[in-house]
Amino acid sequence: MNLTLKIWRQQDAKSAGKFVTYQVQNVTPDMSFLEMLDLLNEDLQTRGEAPVVFEHDCREGICGSCGFLVNGVAHGGHRGTTVCQLSMRFFKDGDSLTLEPWRAKAFPVLRDLAVDRSAFDRIIQAGGYISAPTGGAPDANAILVPKSDAERAFDAAACIGCGACVAACPNAAAMLFTAAKVTHLNSLPQGQPQRDQRTLDMVATMTEEDFGSCTNHGECEAVCPKEIPIEFIGRMNRDLVHAMLHRRGE
Amino acid sequence: MLESKIPSGPIEKKWEKARFDMKLVNPANRRKHTVIIVGSGLAGAAAAASLGQQGYNVDCFSFHDSPRRAHSIAAQGGINAAKNYRNDGDSIFRLFYDTVKGGDFRAREANVYRLAQISVNIIDQCVAQGVPFAREYGGLLDTRSFGGVQVSRTFYARGQTGQQLLLGAYQALEEQIAAGTVRMHTRSEMLDLVVVNGRARGIVTRNLISGAIETHAADVVVLGTGGYGNVFYLSTNAKGSNTTAIWRAHRRGALFGNPCFTQIHPTCIPVSNENQSKLTLMSESLRNDGRVWVPKKQGDTRAPGSIPEDERDYYLERRYPSFGNLVPRDVASRNAKEVCDEGRGVGPGGMGVYLDFADAIKRLTEPVVREKYGNLFDMYEEITGENAYKVPMRIFPAVHYTMGGLWVDYQLMSTIPGLFVAGEANFSDHGANRLGASALMQGLADGYFILPYTLPNYIASSSLEKVDTSHPAFAAAKEEVNQRVSKLVNIRGKRTVDSIHKELGKMMWNNCGMARSEEGLRSNLAQIPELRHEFWNNVNIIGTGEEFNQSLEKAGRVADFLELAELMCLDALQRAESCGGHFRVESQTPDGEALRDDEHFSYASAWEWKGEGNPWELHREPLVFEHVHLAQRSYK
Repeated sequence: MNLTLKIWRQQDAKSAGKFVTYQVQNVTPDMSFLEMLDLLNEDLQTRGEAPVVFEHDCREGICGSCGFLVNGVAHGGHRGTTVCQLSMRFFKDGDSLTLEPWRAKAFPVLRDLAVDRSAFDRIIQAGGYISAPTGGAPDANAILVPKSDAERAFDAAACIGCGACVAACPNAAAMLFTAAKVTHLNSLPQGQPQRDQRTLDMVATMTEEDFGSCTNHGECEAVCPKEIPIEFIGRMNRDLVHAMLHRRGE
Repeated sequence: MLESKIPSGPIEKKWEKARFDMKLVNPANRRKHTVIIVGSGLAGAAAAASLGQQGYNVDCFSFHDSPRRAHSIAAQGGINAAKNYRNDGDSIFRLFYDTVKGGDFRAREANVYRLAQISVNIIDQCVAQGVPFAREYGGLLDTRSFGGVQVSRTFYARGQTGQQLLLGAYQALEEQIAAGTVRMHTRSEMLDLVVVNGRARGIVTRNLISGAIETHAADVVVLGTGGYGNVFYLSTNAKGSNTTAIWRAHRRGALFGNPCFTQIHPTCIPVSNENQSKLTLMSESLRNDGRVWVPKKQGDTRAPGSIPEDERDYYLERRYPSFGNLVPRDVASRNAKEVCDEGRGVGPGGMGVYLDFADAIKRLTEPVVREKYGNLFDMYEEITGENAYKVPMRIFPAVHYTMGGLWVDYQLMSTIPGLFVAGEANFSDHGANRLGASALMQGLADGYFILPYTLPNYIASSSLEKVDTSHPAFAAAKEEVNQRVSKLVNIRGKRTVDSIHKELGKMMWNNCGMARSEEGLRSNLAQIPELRHEFWNNVNIIGTGEEFNQSLEKAGRVADFLELAELMCLDALQRAESCGGHFRVESQTPDGEALRDDEHFSYASAWEWKGEGNPWELHREPLVFEHVHLAQRSYK
């Protein structure tokens, strides 16, 4: 099949960007979306033009490197799928697709479809860990974790840090990302000692990093490639209120 | 030249003795010592976090935008530990024994024993960090069994064990970054090692956004930069995984151990098209419940459901009744290749075998199968459009892991003093074949529990003169990197980097993959230098070195693969025995099984770079087996 791609091209963080239209030919249904872009890039380079910069690494939906908007939808809008796993069999000959980077103040564009997501690391630095210096751990089976808690912790820990939730949110909030980590750690017995401080500090950092606030649109959940439920935001808010009251000695 | 520094004494006491003999660094002095760690996967992140906690001044480098992206994240199945929580006969000695045997007797016994000992601490450490391992209803940890073993010792977090373990290490690392003990340098790719007076004292990096070439000095350098499976172009590795860091160190004097030992994983989704950019692994844990088969007849194109039971060949169960579908990876892969070579392969192109869950679904019910493997079935459906609950999966072997890497001694130090190598980047404890769920174990053992002892010992026992980046060795290395970058961007030929990489990959897969012959290897050795010449004269890299330039990044990595490939073929050529996943057609038993040759090849090879244009020199570390009886492996 042949496709028309309107792609955001931007030289670097300081330059202005613009959409440029390209044609890609001989796309086959068994390609992935990124393999289709590889095809475009091979063609561009053969013609002496700069290939489109996009981030990717594992190409199996787990590293979280890839991600951009396809026709305005993060990762292209197939439930539970990163753009690297999006198959071209979902597209048809003659389709016209617009590709643009995540749009959020906290994620400045670096080049073309690549953005800077280091703000996510700083949210983790604020408390997204359990302090357990190497060497001092008790026997693994000394800590009992009810299966349902372990399952919830896992569901939350499945976040790959791609940033789709921020890109999809009208407020560019990082609530789903932050709530996923808070829920993972706050669900486990090992996470209890730092529970209050973790929640307070991660939420505060989220705001400092220029992410917006949650107004319950639910767009984040809809595009999350790991299908992290919005329910976790409710849990984080509950833990936040709890922590604020605790801090005031109540 | 090769001093393995294995401690004396009984094998159970060697690590304890080594730890006691090590010199320590006073807590107040630790911050005066700078440690460079390149790579932030399991080995690198675990080491950076642990050394930061101890108080060292750590600089950690990653070419990714965040340490959490390292390719350890993609490991699916699990991590082994000799906990014997199942009461099914496991022990440290059995994990040691299984690993040495599974590696086809080409690993160092003392290292493997230490790995088995440490395995139990790793699980404790990871649980304390909050890694959400699978649990039983009573709240205890669940385990499962994995290929090549008969006990249930694999801990797992659904099919995303690598992700969860890496996030545990990443979070510990981020805590240290916040505490100021670790400085994280993301989007920084190491392009050279700086050696001063014979010791590793720093690195040269390229900032992948600005293109700036920078130098960094330290007392010790650790490489935890992963494996080089992408030399084959198509592999299960992430696209960015590369050999550059270890290759540059090799050219600076670090010997390269067993370069030809690569692992071909039996359960990957078959190649479907010419433009395919990578292969996707389906966790080997699937073999616990899936049954592998092909039609008995050649060229049988009927749909799998219409092939009656008595016309199917469950060839692993038939040939290896005691291990069945759970034979080690190398055996499973080689058998899949054989049945496909016989014309009994399935799917487009006939390069695939069935992995069938029909019986498991009958026995366990679909919801139980879904709970165990749901994400893998979903992933399979996303890629192939087929529902594996209804039709059997199609699988085929693919390059997955490299057991070879920089040669290291018992302390994990390379032949360059002060250069330590951890995880997949070293020539490791897996010999000629790695058992499933052992890569995560080794990466974390190296990072959490070995380097935090051996690295301070090196610092405390060496008199390190003060060296900073003003030393002329830094300027010289930086200049070489600058020249190389400028040479690359000025070739302005006609071919893309990928087109040359694909050509190299095909050559390597055909002649240095699962089956090797002297003829094929010699043909590669003749062609690789020609392809290298083509690359350096006809590659086309658009843009400059002073910008975010992904073609340039790829080009540098492929240039190094083009050198490494030659060394891999040389190593495969000299090892005229079948061993591990490497079937040397000239060396087989009458019934077609791999024939190892202990009389001539019971050693680890270690290759020394002798300068551009000169042949490598081969050194041999003899392998002595005192605890595991050398025997032809049998899984029958």
